[in-house]
Amino acid sequence: MSATAAPSPGRRARHAAALAAEQLRAAGLLGPILAILAEIAIFGGLAPRFATTRNFLLIAEQAMEIATLAIGQTLIILVAGIDLANGLVMVLASVVMAKFAVAGVPLVVAILAGFAVTAGFGLVEGVLVALIELPPFIVTLGFFNVALALALLISNEASIINLPPGLLALGNNVSIGGTEFPVGVFAMLAVLLITWYALRETAWGRHMYALGDNAPAARLTGVRVNRVLISAYVTAGVIYAVAALLLLGRTTVANPDAGQTANLESITAAVIGGISLFGGRGSIVGPVLGAFIVGMLQNGLTIVGVDALYQDIAIGLLVILAVMLDRLQRGRSVR
Amino acid sequence: MTMPSATKPRRPAFSPDYNAEPVLQASGLVKRYGRVTALDGADFELYPNEVLAIVGDNGAGKSTLIKILSGAAIPDAGEIRLDGQVVHFRNPLHARELGIETVFQDLALAPGLDITSNLFLGREERMPGLAGRLFRKLDKRAMQRQAAAHMQSLKIGIRSMAQAVETLSGGQRQGVAIARAVSWGRRIVIMDEPTAALGVQESAMVLDLIRTVRDRGVPVVVISHSLPQVFEVADRIQVMRLGRRVGIAFPERHTMDDVVGMITGARAG
Repeated sequence: MSATAAPSPGRRARHAAALAAEQLRAAGLLGPILAILAEIAIFGGLAPRFATTRNFLLIAEQAMEIATLAIGQTLIILVAGIDLANGLVMVLASVVMAKFAVAGVPLVVAILAGFAVTAGFGLVEGVLVALIELPPFIVTLGFFNVALALALLISNEASIINLPPGLLALGNNVSIGGTEFPVGVFAMLAVLLITWYALRETAWGRHMYALGDNAPAARLTGVRVNRVLISAYVTAGVIYAVAALLLLGRTTVANPDAGQTANLESITAAVIGGISLFGGRGSIVGPVLGAFIVGMLQNGLTIVGVDALYQDIAIGLLVILAVMLDRLQRGRSVR
Repeated sequence: MTMPSATKPRRPAFSPDYNAEPVLQASGLVKRYGRVTALDGADFELYPNEVLAIVGDNGAGKSTLIKILSGAAIPDAGEIRLDGQVVHFRNPLHARELGIETVFQDLALAPGLDITSNLFLGREERMPGLAGRLFRKLDKRAMQRQAAAHMQSLKIGIRSMAQAVETLSGGQRQGVAIARAVSWGRRIVIMDEPTAALGVQESAMVLDLIRTVRDRGVPVVVISHSLPQVFEVADRIQVMRLGRRVGIAFPERHTMDDVVGMITGARAG
C-alpha cells in the first residue's frame, strides 16, 4: 500500500520499479517488452549480426506497414470490434492513388482520393455496426471481398507501375548522423503518437475504452456511443491510407494481389501487443510492439537459418500464448 | 470503522416534508407485457428529503415501477409528474437530463477505467486555453481533485481516485456508482437493490451513504428485499402487491410483521 516514512533510497527505487512494472502490466505492455528483450538476448546471442542498428532498421522497415495497420485495427478492437478488411482496404487505396497519379491527376488529389476511399469504407462499416447493429466480423468480411474485387477491377488485375516518385516518398531513406533511416518509420511513429495522445488525453479516448469495456454503461452515462463507434472505424480508415503509402513506398508498384493476409497479421500484432479481443483493454503502443515482435522473430529465425514454414508455426504459437496470458490476467483481475 | 448499531434511534438531519408538493408523483400507472399485467393502476409519491423504500413480493411490480420512473419503460396508461409538471420520459437518458438518476443493479460502471474517469464519464473537463480548446486535452488533475473531494464529502473511504474500478470491492463499487448518481446536481436518485450482493459491513456502508445522500437534500427511492435494512434506512415504505400500491408504512409506527402482512395480502394497508 502506501510507502512508510523515510524509506531507504534503494527501497524507494525498488518501489518505483515495481510501480512502473505494475503500470506496464496493467496496460498489457509488460509481456511485449519482455518478449522483445528475450528476442534480442536469444537471437543476439546466436547471431552477432542480429543486434545491429542496420538489422534493427531492416526489421523496422519490414514491420512498419503491419504496425500501422495494427494501430487502426486496435482502434476497432478497443470498441469491441474486429476488422478483417483492413489489408485489402489498404491495397485498394494504393491502387486508387496509383491509378489517379498515373492518369496525371495532381499528386495531392491522388493521395486524397486514397484517403477518401479508406475513410469511406470506415464510415460505411461504422454505420452498419453502430446503427444497424451488424456484427463487425460479418461487415468487415463482406468488405474484404468488396475491396479485393474493386482493387482488381480498377487495376485491370495487373500491377500499376511507373509511379511518380512523390507517391513512393515513404519508401525513401533519410540520413541522420550517418545512419539511413526509412522515412516510413517516422510516418508510422507520427500515427502512433497522435492516436496515443487522442486515446490517453482526450474525452474521445476515454469514451473509446468505456464503450469497449461496458457499452450499456457508456450509453447510460450519456456517451454518444454511436458517434464514438463510427469515429473509431473512420479514424482506422484514415490510418489505413497511411499504410497504403507505406506499401507503395516499399514495393514501388500498386499490386492488387498484395496484402491478403495483412488483416490477420495486424490482428496478430494487436493480440501479441496485449490488446484484449473483448475490447476496452490495452495500450495503443502494444500493437506496434507486437508487429516488431513478429518482425524480429521472422528476421531472427531467418538469420539463424530456420525455414520459413517453421517461422509461421512459431508465430501461430505466439498468438495462442498471448491470448492465453490475456485470459489468465483477466481471470485474475476481474473478481 | 465503527459498526452502526441496529437499535440506535435515528435522528435525521433533514426530515421529510409531507406537506410539500411531491417531487415525483405517478398515478394510475398501467404496464402490460403481452398478457401479463405488471402494473395495474399503481400510484407513487416521493416527497422532498425522504428515503422511500419500495417493497413487495416477486412480481408485485416493483421493478416495472422503477423502470417507468427512470425512463427505461413507457407506461401504457397513467401520468407522471415531476415537480407538479406532467412529464413523459422517452428513455433513461431523457429522465437523467430531467434530474432523475438511477443506480442499476448491474452497476453501470466501466470496470477498466479509474474512479475519476467513471465519475466524469460523458462530462469530462478540458484544460483551459489552447491545450483544451485546440488539442482537446483533458484536465486530469482538476477532475482527480474534484473526484476526491466529492467522494470525501460522501464519506466514501477510497484512497486513490486513479484505481481501476475493477480493483474495488463490491461495496466500494456501489459507492462509486452512487457517488456518480448524486453528482451533477441530480434531484432524485433511484437505487435498485443497492445492497443485493454485499456483505453485512458493506451493506451498512451503503445504507450510511443513502442517508448521507438524503441529508444533502436529494430524495432517494430504494428497492429492497431486506426488511431489516428497509426499516433501518427508510423514512416511508410503499408496499406493492399485484401491480398496485396496497399500503404505506412508517418505520416508527409499523412493525415488520405489519409490512409482511401487506406484502402477502394478509393485512390491508
